[in-house]
Amino acid sequence: MSVLVIAENPKGNFKKSAFELTHFGHLTAQVLGTECTALVIGEVADAGQLGKYGASKVVKVAYDGGFDTTVYNRLITQVAEKVGADVVIVNHSANGKALIGGLGVALDAGVVSQINGVPTVDGANLVVTKPVFSGKAFAKYNISSSNKVLSLMGNAIPPREVGSDCAVEDLTIDVPNAAVTIKEVKTVDGTVPLPEAELVVSAGRGMKGPENWGIIEELAETLGATTACSRPVSDTGWRPHHEHVGQTGVAIRPNLYIAAGISGAIQHLAGVNSSKCIVVINKDPEAPFFKAANYGVCADLFEVVPKLNEAFKKALAQ
Amino acid sequence: MNLLVCINKTPDTTAKIAFTDGNTKFDTNGVQFIMNPYDEWYALVRALELKEQHGGSVTVINVGPAINDVVIRKALAIGADKAVRINAEASNSMMVAKNIADYTQANDFGIVFTGKESIDFNGSELGGFIAAYLGVPFLSYASSMEHDGTTARVTRDIEGGVEVADVQGKFVISAAKGLAEQRIPNMRGIMMAKKKPLEVVEPTSTDAHVTIAEYALPQEKSGVKMIDPENMDELVRLLQEEAKVIA
Repeated sequence: MSVLVIAENPKGNFKKSAFELTHFGHLTAQVLGTECTALVIGEVADAGQLGKYGASKVVKVAYDGGFDTTVYNRLITQVAEKVGADVVIVNHSANGKALIGGLGVALDAGVVSQINGVPTVDGANLVVTKPVFSGKAFAKYNISSSNKVLSLMGNAIPPREVGSDCAVEDLTIDVPNAAVTIKEVKTVDGTVPLPEAELVVSAGRGMKGPENWGIIEELAETLGATTACSRPVSDTGWRPHHEHVGQTGVAIRPNLYIAAGISGAIQHLAGVNSSKCIVVINKDPEAPFFKAANYGVCADLFEVVPKLNEAFKKALAQ
Repeated sequence: MNLLVCINKTPDTTAKIAFTDGNTKFDTNGVQFIMNPYDEWYALVRALELKEQHGGSVTVINVGPAINDVVIRKALAIGADKAVRINAEASNSMMVAKNIADYTQANDFGIVFTGKESIDFNGSELGGFIAAYLGVPFLSYASSMEHDGTTARVTRDIEGGVEVADVQGKFVISAAKGLAEQRIPNMRGIMMAKKKPLEVVEPTSTDAHVTIAEYALPQEKSGVKMIDPENMDELVRLLQEEAKVIA
C-alpha cells in the first residue's frame, strides 16, 4: 500500500498546487507509514523536483492528447495498480474534480472531495475533514473501503521542502482512444488563477462603472494579487465572467481577500468565507460584509483604495 | 434525444446551519429546502432548451424520500416531461450515482445532466461517478453547450479560463453558471405539473464506502477591527504583523 498523487503540469510546468499536493501526499503517507509516489502525465521540465516536497519517486507517463476523463481515469488506475497505491489524491481543481468520481468507481474506492487537512487513522477507517454547506460548516468523514480517492482543497497546506530531487521512472501505459476532442484552451497568462491565488483584490457595484477599475488593478499589481469581482459586476459585463467569486462563480481560499464596494450578500460570502483574512472597504457602515471581515474600513473606496496602495508600496519597499 | 436531469434537494442558500444528535445530524428544523440552484437554473433549463431544439423528452431524477416530491414537482412545473424518484435516503453521492446510472442504463438517455456541485456537500462528484458507471465521457463545469444533433461542443470552466471540447454520442455533463438562464415556472406549468407522471422506483444499491462521523461549525470570527480611513499604514502593519498574510 502507498499514496499516489497526480501532479498537474499545465503547459509543461508545475504550479504551486502540484507542490502542495505532493507535500500533502507525503504527510498522508507518513500517517499511514508508507511512501508517496507522484504521477506526472505528459511532458514537464524537471519532474524530479517533486522529491523536494516529499515524493519518494516520480512516475512519468507520456501522453500528448488533451484532457479526457476516460483516458485519464484508465491511465491513473493502471499506475495506481502498478505502484500498489491504495490512496489516490488529486487537486480539487477543474480537472481533479472531473476525475475523482471515475477513479472512485474504477478503484471501488470511497471518495471524499475538497479535504482541508491531513487524514488520521481510526481503527480500519481513514478520517478526513472538508468544508460543507458552502463553507458554513465542516464535516468529518470515515472512509471504510480499502481504496480511497481524495481531492485536496487549494491553499489548505503550504508546500514545504523536506528532501531533495528524486528518481523519475518512465512508464508506458496503454490508454483507450480519447472520447472528446479538445478544440481550444483559452487561459489568462501572467496572473495566478483565482482558485490558486494567495492574495485577491476584489470589487463590486460600489465601483460605479468599469472605467474606474484602474485603482483596483493598481492595488493588485502592487501586491502581486489576482483581481476578482462580485456577481452583479460580471453579470453586467463590467468584468469578465472568470473573475466572479461567490456561490455561482469561483470559490476561493486566499490568505488575504480585500473587498472594495461589495456589500457581502450571503451568496458572495459562500465563495470567499474560507479566506484566511478578509479586509472590507465600504462606505455603508451597515454592509453585512463587515460582520464576516477581520479588518474593516468604513469610507469612500475611491479615497481609501489609492491610500492603501501607497501604504503597501511604502511597506513593501522596505 | 431523451435527456435525464439529476436534481438534488438542498437547504436554501440563506438557511441557518445547525446540527443535532451530538453534531452527527443536520438540523432540518425550520430550514427551507430548495432545488439545488445549479440543477435548476442551468442543468434543467439547458436540457429543456435542447428538447425544444431537437425534440425528445426531459426526465428529472432524484434520490430521496417522498418529502422530496415538492422539489420534483417544481422541476415538472418548469417544464420537465416526467419525473423519477428513487425511494432511498441519499446517504452519499456514490450511492446516488449508482442508482441513477442503473436507471439510465435500463432506459435510453443520450445526455445526463447534473449541477456542477450541490450547495450542501459541495462534492462535485456525482457526474464523474455516473459517467464512470455508464462508461461514457464526463464534461464538467460546463458554461456553454451547443448540440447539432450529432456533436456537442462544450465549454468547460478551468482555472483562469475555459477549455472547449467536442464530444459525440452519450455523455454526462455538469452545469455551471452560463449554461442557461433561470426559468420561473408559470401558472400553466404549475397546473400541468400536477398531472405529469412521477414514477417511484426502489433503489438498486444502498452501499456506502464513506459516512459522516461528525459536523462542526467554524470558529466564530473574533469581530471586525475597524481601521481609521486616514491611517492605511496601520492596516498594512496589522496585515503584516498581526494577521501575517503579507511579507
